[in-house]
Amino acid sequence: MPYDSDTAMGGPHRPFPTTRHSLIDCAAGTGTLAREALESIASVYWKPAYKHVRIQWKRSNEEAKDLVQGFFAALIEQHILASFDPSKARFRTFLKACLDHFVMKLDESANRLKRGGGVTTVFDFDAAERELAGSPSVEDVFLREWQRQMFALGLQDLRELCHTHGKPLHYRIFEQYDMADAGRPSYADLAAQHHIPVTGVTNYLAWARRELRRLVLLRLRSVTSGDPECQAEMHVLFRKMT
Amino acid sequence: MSFLPDRALDHLRQVTESPDFSATRYQVEEEIGRGGMGIVYRAWDSRLERRVALKVMDSGFAINQEAKLLAQLEHPGLAPVYDAGSLPDGRVYYAMRLIEGRRLDDFLRQESSLPARLRIFEKICEAVAFAHNHGVIHCDLKPQNIMVGQFGEVFVVDWGVARAIDDAAMPTAGTPPYMAPEQSRSREQPLDARTDVFALGRILQDLMPPSPPRPLAAIARKASAPDPAGRFGDVRQLAADISLFLDGLPVTAYRDTVPERLARFWRHNQVLLLLLSAYLAVKLILFFLAPALK
Repeated sequence: MPYDSDTAMGGPHRPFPTTRHSLIDCAAGTGTLAREALESIASVYWKPAYKHVRIQWKRSNEEAKDLVQGFFAALIEQHILASFDPSKARFRTFLKACLDHFVMKLDESANRLKRGGGVTTVFDFDAAERELAGSPSVEDVFLREWQRQMFALGLQDLRELCHTHGKPLHYRIFEQYDMADAGRPSYADLAAQHHIPVTGVTNYLAWARRELRRLVLLRLRSVTSGDPECQAEMHVLFRKMT
Repeated sequence: MSFLPDRALDHLRQVTESPDFSATRYQVEEEIGRGGMGIVYRAWDSRLERRVALKVMDSGFAINQEAKLLAQLEHPGLAPVYDAGSLPDGRVYYAMRLIEGRRLDDFLRQESSLPARLRIFEKICEAVAFAHNHGVIHCDLKPQNIMVGQFGEVFVVDWGVARAIDDAAMPTAGTPPYMAPEQSRSREQPLDARTDVFALGRILQDLMPPSPPRPLAAIARKASAPDPAGRFGDVRQLAADISLFLDGLPVTAYRDTVPERLARFWRHNQVLLLLLSAYLAVKLILFFLAPALK
């Protein structure tokens, strides 16, 4: 029963997990709380922003570093996030438009950017630079890097969760199977290797995938304006758009 | 944080979205569709040994409105709901009849006969009118949400954004160009059956040939009028006009011109008019020939 994918104008809004409040509201304010919220937002968006500037704007790595740091500093100094209107655009789209505007304005004024500007998050630009070697098309780089960063943060959360809840084997099996670079091992191989039944392997995998989804959704919720945007972004994050 | 290669990212996106039905009676076979609210899979119900369609909703909530609405609407044009439940990750699913058929847009590519298309349209109207009668408006009618079976049976599917007519609190949804103007002006103007009438008008336009008969074009125009007050009051009125058109009778949405009325009168009384003409001709001949014969 085919259903069309282009129902695109909202829909009944359902409650999503609410353990994280939207960081966007906090970051739009002032003071320490706003700065901390912005750092959390930056943890999701700095890499997409950096790669976007490198590829879309064809900037050198040094220029891109300055631009991205300056951009996140400007977000808080110029209260740019306060102008975000969820009824007009998704936060991801808004942020990308702001970044493009920021780069364009700098081009116009040809002013040199001051590094830093108060955002204390340390961005690992060298790692981002290495990753650029295998980057996707110019148009999709921001979106793709956003997906990658959301899942990377989700994996980090999952690893921490497994560690704190005494489930290292869950993560180990998940890592060996779902994160395998090439040649995924069979369930039987993993079962033999870890001396557990095959059903144990599938159960551990099911648990880890479920938790990863939950953790990624929590992250997503924190950087979206509410249920409608969160639901729309879920489609982009999890699904291959058809 | 280690770099996540494209292949690993795509795999993770896939496995975190794939629903885990291992603790249920269903075995997922393949994905058969996706929409704004969820994904539909073909699945095997191992308990009742039959194929079903499983719709997995994006978000988790206790009782799914779409399933509840559909469960209350028993009509040949609506897929019956068999079962509903929730997955370990909190997402809600429901099982319904697996409909074998083509989407309306596919059907239209293969069926060029206007009367055949309009008969399908009448069936769509019947199913929608039934839902309206039970206080439910679909809000996302479009060719992609209508299935046509092998024997011309019609199913209106994807009631994910449907709402009760009197539910003013519900946010709106829809798909341009089938979405009525009042849907994007949510809360200012309450939605009612005429919202679906608008979408049906747009669907009717899809059914029509490039140069449609004027009465049919007028029906579609009236149905999809921007102002709800200018549309048919309900789906039954729209269907009635289609029925009149199929029978070659005057429709309420269009006022015939004099030549059109004469042409229609001729079509409907062809035999009588021919007999009358023949009778008059014979009378006339006899009238002129009578003196000569004397």
